[in-house]
Amino acid sequence: MTKEEIVSKLPYTDPFLFVDKITKVTQTHITGEYTFDENHDFYKGHFVNFPITPGVILLECMQQIGLVSLGIYLLRDKDFDLKSNSTVAMVENEARFYKPVFPNEKVTVLSDLEYFRFFKLKSKVKMLNDAGETVCNGVFSGILKPGDAKS
Amino acid sequence: MSQDIYPKLKEIIKPYLPEDVNPDAISPESHLVTDLNINSTHLVDIVLDVEDAFDITIEDDELDNMETVTASIALIEQKLATR
Repeated sequence: MTKEEIVSKLPYTDPFLFVDKITKVTQTHITGEYTFDENHDFYKGHFVNFPITPGVILLECMQQIGLVSLGIYLLRDKDFDLKSNSTVAMVENEARFYKPVFPNEKVTVLSDLEYFRFFKLKSKVKMLNDAGETVCNGVFSGILKPGDAKS
Repeated sequence: MSQDIYPKLKEIIKPYLPEDVNPDAISPESHLVTDLNINSTHLVDIVLDVEDAFDITIEDDELDNMETVTASIALIEQKLATR
């Protein structure tokens, strides 16, 4: 599976896709990038006169790259399609924030797998800004649920 | 052997109980999900802790054999015997 294929298999689209590209992936690690376009709607309201990327959006970006993209790669030989026959859910996140992310900033997300068992993926995830400074780090986990979200 | 396993298993389960479930509620008959309200993701954590504590490996399709405390003890015993 190519890095481009991983992104194409993500079950998100505009305005909620926070992955531009995957730059590195192995059985235990993934690195990806995203640039926060200043035209995102949330900048109009977070905050008034002071646009700054909401922490929840940073977490979402970290999970889309660090958990979901890695999970898609690890399950590449299995018949799971997050757009049709299965879904994912966040189950735990423990994060610390160190730096703000402003409109048009590019971030890099690095994720090191702790385990992927019984459909639960747990990973240590770190987000860096363009200067290489840590924006946020944490331990996240998510679970894959076979069957569509309604069942 | 199961006398040794039970207290150890109880200690493993405790941290994953929801706040409103008293640890005293754990009994051999307890169903981890329906009686103790442990969610499916914490079930995975319990299995991983059990693997570490008893130095055994539980296969993906054996998760269903850990529905109750008694069933879990039986599975752990079986794993220890065939180790």
